[in-house]
Amino acid sequence: MSYFSDIYKGIKTLLTGMSVTGGYFIRARKGAITQQYPDNRETLKMFDRFRGEVVMPHDADNRHYCTGCQSCEIACPNGSIEIIWDRAVDPETGKKKKKIDKHIYHLSMCTMCGLCIEACPTDAIVWAPNFENSVYDRSALTKVLNQPGSSVLDGIED
Amino acid sequence: MTDQQAQNKIKTEEYFINMGPQHPAANGVLRLILTIDGEIIKNVEPDLGYIHRSIEKMCERDSYQQIVHLTDRMDYLSSHINNEAVCLTVEKGLEIEVSDRVKVIRTIIDELTRIASHCLWWGVMGMDLGALTTYFYAFRDRELINDIFEETCGARLTMNYNVPGGLMFDIHPNFVKRTKDFITHFKTKIPEYDRLLTGNVIFQKRTKGVGILTKEDAISFGVSGPTARGSGFSSDVRKHHPYSAYDRVNFKEILFTEGDTFARYQVRMMELWESVSIIEQLIDNIPEGETKAATKAVIKLPKGEFYQRVETARGELGVYINSTGNKNPYRVKFRSPGFSNLSVLNHISKDVLIGDLVATMASFDFVIPDIDR
Repeated sequence: MSYFSDIYKGIKTLLTGMSVTGGYFIRARKGAITQQYPDNRETLKMFDRFRGEVVMPHDADNRHYCTGCQSCEIACPNGSIEIIWDRAVDPETGKKKKKIDKHIYHLSMCTMCGLCIEACPTDAIVWAPNFENSVYDRSALTKVLNQPGSSVLDGIED
Repeated sequence: MTDQQAQNKIKTEEYFINMGPQHPAANGVLRLILTIDGEIIKNVEPDLGYIHRSIEKMCERDSYQQIVHLTDRMDYLSSHINNEAVCLTVEKGLEIEVSDRVKVIRTIIDELTRIASHCLWWGVMGMDLGALTTYFYAFRDRELINDIFEETCGARLTMNYNVPGGLMFDIHPNFVKRTKDFITHFKTKIPEYDRLLTGNVIFQKRTKGVGILTKEDAISFGVSGPTARGSGFSSDVRKHHPYSAYDRVNFKEILFTEGDTFARYQVRMMELWESVSIIEQLIDNIPEGETKAATKAVIKLPKGEFYQRVETARGELGVYINSTGNKNPYRVKFRSPGFSNLSVLNHISKDVLIGDLVATMASFDFVIPDIDR
């Protein structure tokens, strides 16, 4: 007797499971979360805090906020940030002042931990929501964050 | 089978076969060297080291703030809980008391992480046993949790949201609303999971009475987490040694005594309900307060040894820091749940079929980077 009751119970549980999948089959569109990624590029908006890559914002006069204090370089766990700095003479006071020559960022090594941006005292570097980072050559992922000819905004002190 | 072979005078021979490191039914780069006789397993020897990254050694190089992000890469499915373990250890050493707000937010995100981890496990367990649909349904719901994390922490998996002394920044204004929406949504989905898989006759036949782990073995091998609780070993760190905000919420420790694969499955399924309940208790009244206690830019722990344990989605994670007073730790040791849980696999997999080993492994919920570190 248990042979037949087993068959009956087995079929019943299978139908219970199939009622779930069948329900989704009928109302497939409702609750679908699939994003048609390359086609929805125009409308795709990442979250504000999304960690894509580190960038250094510049204003219209090609000025940035980086004083070259190297806090980010020290905070970085794996040496993704290298700062080549120099001392510039302030024309008004005549004092020597630290300035960045190149702020080099190795995106290929970055683990997106966010410690550099937390460490920056002047908010000179921020996250950008770019995530399409595939390139043919790894050297393209080593970026110089400060634009050529840029200088630090007046009055920024660390 | 052996009796029949003796009758038929068929001479059989044991032989070795590799399961992994890239076996589709194994969860990651775990290589199991199986000694088998026909389809009967005689010995299971795990071979580790395929994803060893010397995280403990790297910790000796890094400062205490930098250690946190490395633990993301251990058990990546409970990355927030790993981060918290390190931060709690450092806070213990510095004798900082974090604010209530930090404690509550940490606990909520812990439980969200646990739900996300158990969702993924449920999907993968179904897929290991041949039910592909579970994978898609579980990932659909896990996606919502990942969105919450992405909005608040900036990353979906390796979040690095904890820092010694609190949180990196405050929660996003949408966090509470999104979490509530998720809880409402998820409460309708767990019964669906049960209808789809738990009651299924094929699933039950494959899991009931398979891979039985007794309570004595669980204790003597140091098994922890849902795997141990399926054998009746009360081992929940959240209950016995509460940290963060776990002492102010009511939740049950799920215990099953059967010790088989189905019992471990049921523990995790019921833990989903408990996690939902913990979040519901906390989400409505997140206290105000600072999100980060003041710490020095260069953290130096006093000379001595510090230990803190937490309950990750897989079991007990212990963080041991030995400090000589410098800005780097002298030695860091992680007691990871996966490694201890793996050690019992050979013991309970003798004289079973290969298919049963797959079911047992699925219920253990291994994350290999956690075992290798």
